[in-house]
Amino acid sequence: MSAAEDVATDHAAVAAVPKKALALGPAASLVILLLLIATPLFVKNFIIFQMTMWLIYAIAVLALNILTGGSGQFSLGQSAFYALGAYTSAILMEHFNVNYVLTLPVSGAVCFLAGYLFGKPALRLSGIYLALATFALATAMPQLLKLGVFEHWTGGVQGLVVTKPDAPFALPMSQDMWLYYFTLAISIGIYLASVNLLRSRSGRAMMAIRDNEIAASAMGVDVALYKTLAFGVSAGITGVAGGLGAIAVQFVAPDGYTITLAIALFLGMVVGGVGWLPGSLAGSAFIVFVPNIAEGISKGLSGAVFGIILIVIIFVVPHGARQVAYGAQHLIGKLRRN
Amino acid sequence: MELLTNQILAGIATGAIYACMALAVVMIYQAIDHLNFAQGEMAMFSTFVAWQLMQWGVPYWGAFIITLAFSFAGGVVIERALFKPLAKAPILTHVAGFIALYAIINSVAGLTWDFTIKQFPSPFGSSPFLGSQLISTHQAGMIGVTLVLLVLLYLFFQYTRIGLAMRAAATMPESARLVGINTSWMIALGWGMAAAIGSIAGMLIAPVVFLEPNMMGGVLIYGFAAAVLGGLTSPFGAVVGGFLVGIFENLAGTYIPGVGNELKLPIALALIITVLVVKPNGLFGRAIVKRV
Repeated sequence: MSAAEDVATDHAAVAAVPKKALALGPAASLVILLLLIATPLFVKNFIIFQMTMWLIYAIAVLALNILTGGSGQFSLGQSAFYALGAYTSAILMEHFNVNYVLTLPVSGAVCFLAGYLFGKPALRLSGIYLALATFALATAMPQLLKLGVFEHWTGGVQGLVVTKPDAPFALPMSQDMWLYYFTLAISIGIYLASVNLLRSRSGRAMMAIRDNEIAASAMGVDVALYKTLAFGVSAGITGVAGGLGAIAVQFVAPDGYTITLAIALFLGMVVGGVGWLPGSLAGSAFIVFVPNIAEGISKGLSGAVFGIILIVIIFVVPHGARQVAYGAQHLIGKLRRN
Repeated sequence: MELLTNQILAGIATGAIYACMALAVVMIYQAIDHLNFAQGEMAMFSTFVAWQLMQWGVPYWGAFIITLAFSFAGGVVIERALFKPLAKAPILTHVAGFIALYAIINSVAGLTWDFTIKQFPSPFGSSPFLGSQLISTHQAGMIGVTLVLLVLLYLFFQYTRIGLAMRAAATMPESARLVGINTSWMIALGWGMAAAIGSIAGMLIAPVVFLEPNMMGGVLIYGFAAAVLGGLTSPFGAVVGGFLVGIFENLAGTYIPGVGNELKLPIALALIITVLVVKPNGLFGRAIVKRV
């Protein structure tokens, strides 16, 4: 077999998503936004905390969605960027007494750079090999954080404790509630920016690469630039989510950012529907609340329950929450006409 | 000088583990054109089956043969039930499927055999090999088995009709179908063989790293690093890569200060990235040309 005969025609990395199907309509967006604003006023502090985590993971899932749904690259290494963001925020807050709001852009910038640099060698890989290389990144991260060299800054195995911020301007709300609204504001900002990014020239270039890399480069798209850029943007947003996570949990430790987290984020994306940004909320709800349900069914078998749910989703609704949402919309339209 | 040769010898011994796993990784790629994440977990499960059989009083080689057959059948069944219906799905769906498989196997093994470490016997014993303190008879046996496996696989793929059919089905499914090859069953066969090779790797590794549901995590990453180094398309390269990675790991641990067991995984990661940047096709790999 000579090298010239060795030609492969690849499967698509991900199913193509039409650009129109990226975001929700204005009415649906408004309803969801109102629900997100109103709910915390009526529930207990612990549930508010869980909702904060839900939003934070939604940001991380959204970041992965930009990378995979947008540019067609896989990553099972998002937990590494999440950890990097969390540690950057925690170190800035505890060692340098920087205000927590100001640490987030720094986390984002650091992770953007890290993601951009990691994206360079990752250019050589596609599909499942990229998934494995990022998998290696995610498994290596906790060991790197435990290193003796950085122990003065990272606190080694013990990690760092982060103080929870109070509500500013003497607002009459609890710390949890303030943090929730703070996270919500950032989530909305990131969501709008992401939707705009994917609708822009850069977003179209990324989607062209996703659908057919060679055709895209023939059309004049700088494939290497946009692929690394997608990695950088995705890592940057994940870093912001990581920073928020550190503030909300008040604690960073290497074992909080294992491969399990990366896999959870990946699952969240699949459940929410790849390439459908609002699905990140549904996917994140899946990874925050379903493990509790799975453990309720059987403590020892929670991994198996998780896996089986995933297989059912692949077979029954391969497009995740997007398919469910569109199905529901279709059904409502039908009922109205009758 | 003696330290250097000793460390290289010890590196070859650990490298045999990685070579075994890398061989499994590359063989599957050859046969099914995909890379199975759950490979390590499937190997772990097979090893537990062998252990269970021995607990019930089956002799080692009996358990070995039964486990091989079980793994082969298991691989075929998983392909038929789970991945055949997904054949036309995008790669993302496959990755999700592999992860689901990984979670299910790990969780079921943990529940059935719990997470305590278990001793696994070696068929070769563990006395020093040819009077050398660094390499035991088990490690020597492991190197031997890896090499024999490599030769057998080479003969199978190069000189048998079914091996040729499998290669054809993996590289050019359409054309293979036109000349009358049942490509769908070739893929199932590939899964079966991959699972069987994985079970051999698992049974050889278990006496060294001890048997527990998470035993394959680090090994799989190193196996992947070895496969990348050797070139993902070459079984011979995978074995060479495995030995090189083993030697590299040992030398780095000895001569670079501050590198110990805690840096095992970051070293593998650094290796993967370096190879990808410097020589993306690996030492023995072929460049693959893609069609629009």
